[in-house]
Amino acid sequence: MSSTYFEFLRAELVPGLMDGLWTSIVVIVPSALLGALIGVVAGVLRVYGPRPVRRLTEGYVSLFRGTPLVVQVFFWYFALPYISIGGHSIVLDAIPASILAFGLCSGAYQSEYIRGGLNSIKRGQIRAALALGMTTRQAVQSVVLPQAFRRALPGCGNEVIYLIKYSSLASIITVNELTGTATTIAKNSWRNIEVFCTLGVYYLALVTLATWLLHLAEDAMSVPGFERHRS
Amino acid sequence: MSAENQTPPVLEARALGKTLGGNRVLDAVSLSLPKGCVKVLIGPSGAGKSTLLQCLNFLIPPDSGTILLEGREVNGKSRRELCTLRQNVGMIFQDFNLFDHLSALENVRVALMKVKGMSKLDAGELALAELARVGLQDKAALYPASLSGGQKQRVAIARALAMDPKVMLLDEPTSALDPELIGEVLAVIRDLAQNGMTMIVATHQISFSASLADEFLFMEKGRVIESGSPAELLRRDSGSRTLAFCAKISELSGEGGEAEVLAPECRV
Ligand SMILES: Nc1ncnc2c1ncn2[C@@H]1O[C@H](COP(=O)(O)OP(=O)(O)OP(=O)(O)O)[C@@H](O)[C@H]1O
Ligand SMILES: [Mg+2]
Repeated sequence: MSSTYFEFLRAELVPGLMDGLWTSIVVIVPSALLGALIGVVAGVLRVYGPRPVRRLTEGYVSLFRGTPLVVQVFFWYFALPYISIGGHSIVLDAIPASILAFGLCSGAYQSEYIRGGLNSIKRGQIRAALALGMTTRQAVQSVVLPQAFRRALPGCGNEVIYLIKYSSLASIITVNELTGTATTIAKNSWRNIEVFCTLGVYYLALVTLATWLLHLAEDAMSVPGFERHRS
Repeated sequence: MSAENQTPPVLEARALGKTLGGNRVLDAVSLSLPKGCVKVLIGPSGAGKSTLLQCLNFLIPPDSGTILLEGREVNGKSRRELCTLRQNVGMIFQDFNLFDHLSALENVRVALMKVKGMSKLDAGELALAELARVGLQDKAALYPASLSGGQKQRVAIARALAMDPKVMLLDEPTSALDPELIGEVLAVIRDLAQNGMTMIVATHQISFSASLADEFLFMEKGRVIESGSPAELLRRDSGSRTLAFCAKISELSGEGGEAEVLAPECRV
């Protein structure tokens, strides 16, 4: 009980949180990829899709942005097993349920950024591309998407940063990621201040790493007129 | 005369009609562009000039009428024919429409690679030559955000010329430019005309176009209501709608005064 913070850190906290960190990454990375994929598809459909598809994707976005994420997480983990279609019901383990919940929620937000990026490209540029003899597909591929992507990147990156933080919600459906592990350690050791302050540092480090990667990507794609806005 | 009868016009439109949002924006408009001729489209705002130009390369598909490229009717439903038409018909827009994420060189190069299937190296060489033609070889590496309006429009012209078009459509190429930048773009256009490029230009630059045009087409409410040589239509006693319109806009813009606008000897 009377070991110093550093002894506690070295002997219990870091080894304990290491597993949690790994589990967090196992949740965050697939969720972010799923969210980006859904975001791009839904974003493109919301701008270029036929009207019924546009309606449908808009419904998806309102639903997932309009309900608390905790509720969505509970739904996929606790409620889904009770929904049976033709006698079959789907039971998800805690980690896949979290990835599904985070991916779907993140995708709804991502699609907003993608849609904004697509809409920011003036129709005139598409017209100019077509006037040169490009097909619509070539115009979208070589004119619209590269620009929309650059415009959407800062927003999409922010969304990934939120995702890192809300991945801690997975702990409430028994996933032993960073927050879940830390809670257990705190309960057993009664050293709440040390545990939760250290946990904060872990998230800060993850977010800093993600921010740095994001900036690398932005710089790599930066051209005049599409620079990163440094604050 | 006889030579003109033998070779079909480079581009011809017959009875184009277009209704947009319930408005009859084009009403049976016909025009023909023989090789090497320059026609100028004038008329009040909303007359349908932009719509007409964009119908000529199916950016706006006309509701009725036909387009003929060198005497052959173009089927607007065939993607291949559209692509051929558009490669042969260069278009210049009022607001330049450069691709913002590409440098001047890449702007000119991209369609050469994607549409003409040229190698990056060949396309780059040709693009540089086209930029040199409009006096911008030293700006090849700059992005649109770093170019002036006049330079942007000249890149846009180089981009269109690189496709080696048989005819150019220019929709108010200088309207979005500051007065001091208009000259450099007009010089490029004059150069094109003098080198025999077939062109149709919508513009409000009356004195400039009078010095260049073989024919003025005056449009109003979706129809071409007057056409003729600038000297004819702008003769002081012609009593034409064109004259009244030109007098009004040169008054408004203070463009060189009436005397210069109306002097027939302005014509080349
Ligand atoms: N998508 C559209 N829906 C409805 N009306 C349209 C549409 N596009 C153009 N119009 C109308 O068609 C008419 C012709 O437009 P157009 O842009 O061809 O005129 P313009 O002669 O080029 O005018 P300006 O000198 O202002 O460029 C205008 O009255 C315009 O309001
Ligand atoms: Mg117009």
